[in-house]
Order: sequence, then structure tokens, then C-alpha cells
Amino acid sequence: MNTRETILGRVRARRPRPDEAAAREAVASRLARHERHLIPARTNIDREALVTLFAEKAGAVDVTMETVADETAVPEAIARYLRGRNLPAEAAVAGHPDLDRLDWSRGTMTVRRGAPGDRERVGVNRPFCAVAETGTLVFASGRQSPATMNFLPETHVAVLRRSEIVAGYEDAWDLLRAAGRGSGAALPRTVNLVTGTSRTGDIEQILQKGVHGPKFVHLVVIEDEASIAR
Amino acid sequence: MTIHQVTASRFPEQARAALADPVLQGNLSRLKGNFLTRRANARASLPEFDDLRDEGIAIKRHTLAHLDLYLEAFEASVVGTGGHVHWASSAAEAREIVLGICRGLDARTVSKGKTMVGEEIGINPFLESHGIEPVETDLGEYIIQLADEPPSHIIAPAIHKNRQQVGRLFADHHPHLEGRVLTDIDDMLADARSVLRRRFLEADVGITGANFLIAETGQTVIVTNEGNGDLTQLLPKAHIVLAGIEKVVPTLEDATTLLRVLARSATGQEMSAYTTFSAGPRREGDPDGPRAFHVVLVDNGRSELLDGPTEDILRCIRCGCCLNACPVYGKVGGHAYGSNYSGPMGAVLTPSLAGLAEAHHLPNASTLCGRCKEVCPMRIPIPAMLRHFREEEASAGMAPAAARRGLALWAMLARRPALWRRVTSLATTVLGLLGRRRGRFSTLPLAGAWTAGRDMPAPQGLSFQSRWARR
Repeated sequence: MNTRETILGRVRARRPRPDEAAAREAVASRLARHERHLIPARTNIDREALVTLFAEKAGAVDVTMETVADETAVPEAIARYLRGRNLPAEAAVAGHPDLDRLDWSRGTMTVRRGAPGDRERVGVNRPFCAVAETGTLVFASGRQSPATMNFLPETHVAVLRRSEIVAGYEDAWDLLRAAGRGSGAALPRTVNLVTGTSRTGDIEQILQKGVHGPKFVHLVVIEDEASIAR
Repeated sequence: MTIHQVTASRFPEQARAALADPVLQGNLSRLKGNFLTRRANARASLPEFDDLRDEGIAIKRHTLAHLDLYLEAFEASVVGTGGHVHWASSAAEAREIVLGICRGLDARTVSKGKTMVGEEIGINPFLESHGIEPVETDLGEYIIQLADEPPSHIIAPAIHKNRQQVGRLFADHHPHLEGRVLTDIDDMLADARSVLRRRFLEADVGITGANFLIAETGQTVIVTNEGNGDLTQLLPKAHIVLAGIEKVVPTLEDATTLLRVLARSATGQEMSAYTTFSAGPRREGDPDGPRAFHVVLVDNGRSELLDGPTEDILRCIRCGCCLNACPVYGKVGGHAYGSNYSGPMGAVLTPSLAGLAEAHHLPNASTLCGRCKEVCPMRIPIPAMLRHFREEEASAGMAPAAARRGLALWAMLARRPALWRRVTSLATTVLGLLGRRRGRFSTLPLAGAWTAGRDMPAPQGLSFQSRWARR
């Protein structure tokens, strides 16, 4: 008997089930239905309030944010942010179609496409969506969004559309599942939930930022939703 | 079933040494305010927190009741994403599997994210003895690797060290410092970042643990704040995930509910900085990621706990908040327990996995005050399990002779109410008179060990029983 059968056999011996068929059915149906559990009520609010909640929560974990009217303003916004931090106007930029079509010369930026090298100081990535509940950015790995972009550069810039802000993680899962349908792979290889900057408290419990991952996370939000008139 | 380097049988000496170590006492004192206060704040700002705990418990109970089926489903999902699943019955088997994968890739160095199962199976010394260098990358784990010490807390492994000690370790182990001792935490961080960045890049294999394994999707989940676990799994040729079999949950939604209570219980954050879901190796067109993805499912005694008196410890999500809440852990620290799993959860898990003979002192290292159970996100009845082990210890005759004699004396008195009243009222009267001036005793005959760490208040007035009788 191989180890797999030994372990599974031990588990089964300890857990005899009166109705094996019913148990298998229950497990299969739970996996297929992947039902939601309790979702905190804090995101049960209107769209405007949800966007505000996202901004508050992201701000609370040291994410800085700028809103631009449309995507053409993104390169300049990023260049301005880098100038403000006294950084050269250079960045690794994910090979995402939304970022490819931007005119980076407008921000007089020098950009390199694709996964970042080790020495890259600034990386620009395109999140799949963002979760208002905790101000979390959701990245789906692939050609268009290298996972290393979220960790190697000291400054991590994300370009998000306002309409991509969802309420809870479960909304992000449903969007990811929907995006995967038809592509062959159910979910991306790596899904990174990023909530703030890299941090540690390992020396004397004193919070320090940027231990291995980014010290700075900056978000450029494109206003692609008509604001609700008030 | 073994746990690497268990010295729990020396708990009494180790605890005494810890209490007598002023540096350690100073370092431990930092634990108090931080984690627990932040946990309380996080709980207060999420009205659903306790309901989420209950849903989390239901998820874990359901999974443990169908563990074999979910493990099979998880395996099938991992294979579906192009990954490999290995089954390890014991620590030794798990080590051999990891070594086999490393050898297959001619690996010379291995970067590591924090993994408690890795500590449990002693993977680092094993790899070293086979010429493969493991490099811990979580800052706390890196510090204790330099110090050649085990972790003293399951989420804050170097909590027993202060900045002076870390500065000296870096001076001793980082040649480029040329003996210079850094004094500023910022500088230490920058130094560790640059040293470890190089190690990430040169590693052939990355090993991480897993907070959850998701049967539905074949994803393994890690939760970190530093991002080290991500560089560990993204940069090398292969990613090996070490996980106990109890880590599996059915669906992404199930993992999500547990994530909502995990960071809040651990560090008091709403979410840790990085929660990463990994499914299989690099895919076609991917610009990065590991070429191979292996999950090692470790039993090492866990299956034997099912349906037994300590089954509920399999619900543990390793948040560490029972350690933070425990008055005993707060005084003696993690190393005294002589196990990688310390504090209340360690006092249950260590004897459960390594055997009571090895660890019978640990269930006694508790006042049974119940704070661990109160803060535990999975409401694990730790005090009841500690009592269970105490009963086992007594019936197996493992308790020290003095404790057995003391208990026998107590039992004799407790069964004779008249005698009990006479003895206790005599004792309270005498102690009350003696302690009248100061109101407390800093030393007491026969209780020197007890009063070494605290004062005994002098009894005031009559005993509870006499006052009750007068009502």
C-alpha cells in the first residue's frame, strides 16, 4: 500500500461514515456550488460610498492615490508622482494592453515592458480589480500582469479603473471565475491580494515598511464611471 | 510522528532559566500591549467578527468530517493545474520527498518562506546535512537562523530578540559590515533586504508553507506581511509547498471566511499585506513564476487525532493569538516549551504529535484561566484538552513525585470537610496575622518558587465558607 492510501485509510478508519454515497454527494455539491458565507455588512452600501470606503481602507494601509479623468492622463500622473518622490522617470511596465496603448512619451517616461528586473526601482502593474472591504488590490498573474511586478520594485504603481472596485472578495472570485471560463484555465496561476505596503514587526514589534516587497504603493484611478449626480 | 528537536521534557529547567533572564523578560514585555490590543480593535471594528468565527468553525468541522474526500479533491485539482502532490506519512518521509525534488533540480540553495511544518519536520538541518543550503527569508526566521535557535512564537519567531541582539547577529554574519554593529532598525532592515534579495535571486528552489489548501481550485494560500513568501515562490525554478493535511478547505469562499478572522486574530490587521493564491507552475506565456509546483501533504500524526480527545486542535489556523493571551507564555516565552509549537496551542499539539511521555510537562504550564479559548478564532477548547492530558499524565504515573504527594494530601483533606475547614481556617488566621502589616508576602515557606515571580496577598478576614455560613 502506498503512502497516499495509508494516510487516506487512517483518516477513513477514524471517520466511518454511515452513508458514503451521501457524503460524496455533499462534498461534490459543495465544491460545485462554492456558496458564499456571511459577508460583512460594511460593503452593503451604494456605489459612491463603496468607492469612498475603498479609498479610506487603502489609505489606512499607506496606499497613496490619485484620480485622473481618463486614461490618457495616466503617464503624466505617474511621472508627476515619481518627480514628487525625487525618483527618475523610469519604470518597468506590465505588458497589459491597457498600458501598452498609453503614450508614455507624454510623461517623458522611459519604460521597459514585461517582468521587472531585480534592479528596477519602479514597477507599473494593472490590477484585475480591487476590493473595497479592506482596500485590497487583486492581481491576476499572466503575460499581461507579471506577479513579480508586485514584489520586486521598491515602488509599486497600480493603474485601476474606478468601475473595477468591487465590494467583497467574493465579487472578485466571481469575476475571476467568469474571466477564466472559455480560456481553458479556471483561475490564474497566481492571484495576489495586496493590502498596503510590505511591512514587518519582527524587530521589537516596531512596524517597518518595505522589508522585501514595495515600500510605496501608489494607485492611479481612472474615472470611467459617471459619478452619480447629487 | 515526531517533532524536530523537542526538549519539552526539560520544561521546568527551561522555564526557570527564562524567568531568570532579564533580557528575555524585557523583550517579552513588548508582547503584551501590541498584538492583543490590536486584535481587540480589529474585532471591535467588525461587528460580524464573532459570527465569522462560528462560520469558520463550521467550515473546519465539515472539512475534518470529510477530510479524505477533500484531500482527494485537492489532489485532483492540483494535478489539473500541472502541479504535483506528494503524501508524507511521517516527518522523515516529508524530508526525503523535499530532498528528492531538490536533488532532481541539482539545487544548491533553497530560499524559504516561514513554514511551521518545515520547523516541525526539521527540514533545514536535514537539507544542510545533504549539502543544500536553506535560507530563511522571513525577517524573524532569518534572525533566528543566524542565531541557530528555534522560533519562539508561531507568527513572530524572533520576538525574544531585541535590536541590540539583532545588530550583533548581523555584525557577526554579514561580512560586508566588517564587524560594525547597526543600532538603527531602519538600517538593519535595509541591510537584511539587500542580503536576502541576493539570496532570493540565487535560490534554485523555494519552499513555503500554506495557510490553506483549496480543494475546489487546487490553490495553496500563504498570508504574509513582508512579501518574502512571494519572492520565494516566484523566483526559483521550483516551488515546494509544505502543508499539514488539516489545512485543506473546500472552496475559495470557505478560505475567504477564514481569512477574515485570521489576520485580525494574529496581528490585528484587517488583512495582511499579501495574501497569495498559487495554482500550479508557470503557464504558457507567463513572464515569471516557478517551472515546477509541488505540494507535500504531511500527516505526521494528524490523522490519529481525528475522532479523539484533541481532534479540535486540527481546526487551528496558526494565528498565534493564544500565545499572546497566555499569562504563562508571557512570562516564560516560547523556548521554554521546548517545541516549535509553544504556548497554549503548542501545549496541546506537542504532546498530540510527539507523544505525552515527551511533553507531559506542557499541559501543566497553564493556569487554565481560559483566555486562550476566549480569543481563539476557532474557539478551540484548549483548557479541556490540557485537563485531558493532565488526567493521562496522572494515570500513567508521569507526574513528579512531589506533585503526586501534594495532590494526595489535597485529596485527603478535600474529602473531609470538617478537617478541611479546620486546616484552612487555621492557615488563613495565621497568614492573616503574619501579613497584617504589609498585606502581602514576598516569600513563603514551601512556596519559594511560586513567590519568586509574584507576591501572595495576605488573607483578610474570614474564609469564604465561614462568611457563607454566617449569611
